[in-house]
Amino acid sequence: MSTKRFRPDVDAPEYKGGYSPYDIIKEGTIAIGVIFLLTLLLAILFGSPDEHAITIKTWSNAAPIDFATTATSELNGTSTTGGYGAPYNNASDGPALGPIHVAHLIGVRIPINTVKDFVIDPLKSLPNQPVLDQNLAMWASASTSTRSTWIANYTKASANMKFTDGHVVVNATDAGPVPVMVDSLTQMARSGALDQALVTGSGFYTTDFTKPLLFVSDGTYLADLATKQHLSGDQWGMMNETGSYPGQAWLWLYSFWYQIPPFNTSGNADILILGIMLLLSVGLLLLPFIPGLRSIPRRTRVYRIIWREHYQNLK
Amino acid sequence: MSTTEIDRQWTTRLRRRAAGKLPPEKLLPDTQPTYVASWIYVFGVATLSSLIVVIATGCVLALRGPYWWHGSPYGHFVNSLHLWSVELFFFAMVVHLWGKFFMAAWRGGRSLTWMTGVVTFLASIGAGFTGYVAQTNFDSQWISTQAKDGINSGGVGAYFNPLDLGQMLMWHIVLLPIAAVVLTGLHVLLVRIKGVVPPFDESAEAAQ
Repeated sequence: MSTKRFRPDVDAPEYKGGYSPYDIIKEGTIAIGVIFLLTLLLAILFGSPDEHAITIKTWSNAAPIDFATTATSELNGTSTTGGYGAPYNNASDGPALGPIHVAHLIGVRIPINTVKDFVIDPLKSLPNQPVLDQNLAMWASASTSTRSTWIANYTKASANMKFTDGHVVVNATDAGPVPVMVDSLTQMARSGALDQALVTGSGFYTTDFTKPLLFVSDGTYLADLATKQHLSGDQWGMMNETGSYPGQAWLWLYSFWYQIPPFNTSGNADILILGIMLLLSVGLLLLPFIPGLRSIPRRTRVYRIIWREHYQNLK
Repeated sequence: MSTTEIDRQWTTRLRRRAAGKLPPEKLLPDTQPTYVASWIYVFGVATLSSLIVVIATGCVLALRGPYWWHGSPYGHFVNSLHLWSVELFFFAMVVHLWGKFFMAAWRGGRSLTWMTGVVTFLASIGAGFTGYVAQTNFDSQWISTQAKDGINSGGVGAYFNPLDLGQMLMWHIVLLPIAAVVLTGLHVLLVRIKGVVPPFDESAEAAQ
């Protein structure tokens, strides 16, 4: 009869030692009380951050040129959203893991047409705007190549964009209705109507802020505010929060990869880091079954600190 | 009804199986092995206690809806309680995880206990993330617009959209808390069934 060999990283020895009294209910009750008091103390001492959300109204009033430039990029397709790819559109293949563009394979599931969704549809919702309506009609009846010419001419001239007397001024020639559209959208944004139009575009009842958030994040205003609050990607990004709070410190490893080469300069950093973190998570999950890794605790002998009384008693 | 018929009932079988695996003295023990004498053991119960405070404060926040805490000093204070209980929860859980790693706590048929713990940790990260993007303030705007790129890159964004407040809120207050509570319950039951992992037997290793 063969005896199964004892594997120290897999099997546990049979415990033949003593037992001591243990009141599990008392311990649990005390622990809940202590944790609640500690929570109470931290909440009283430090509170919690609550920076108001920015709106398209606040953005376009604080930085009208940035807003109008972003609106132009939504029209000419050079905005981040305009060139994003899946799940919003087919403008690019998106980040790749080797030869595989995973998001592109899954396809466009949250369709966003920046020209229609961010500019034309909101402008159409404005009532009593005869000049704008004429320009929108001109846009609607123009061919794709004519629209492209107008947008290209406007984009070229918008390098010298000015905001004067509450209006966006761009000295563009052969830009068709584009100057009126960009100026009207800016006026709409400054009044607060664009915030509402982008949210209610999906219906009366909605909790989906995909469109306004994408539009806002296409500009530089949000990113500038975030950088001032130490929240940008090279400042350990989303694991932080405004003010001096711990934030999502448990995401440190996820954020860490974005700080080092080759990820901090790679166009595929997002998918590469996602892949690494998935692998590490699976590794952590299956640690008990991975030879070598599961031996680390026994070999490092940190357990001797944890069970020092036990080993002292054995002596 | 015959005894055999009762014996065959699903209810009877389940009760007998549960009682066999987890008799009352194992479920609510009044003694423990003497090696369970280290501060590291505190962090398991601290994690569980923090989770209870997290859920309790979250329930108070849920009473008045997602925007209430912005305009009410009382609501803001409850939000502070929620935030700090979450911070304590993760701190305790990470220390607990490292402690269990260095004890090789998966030994002796406890690998499922380890795995439920790891999945609970991952589900909790999801719960924390959805909470941050459902705050309806500047932090949630920034975090959601940054995180979408990582999530979208793997194709997950097509189904899990961090810019959709309604979806994130539902995950945060329904799906992920249920997952965390069920997994934690399972984890604790497994600890009670299998007991706390004993120390390494160095004399046996030396003999080998």
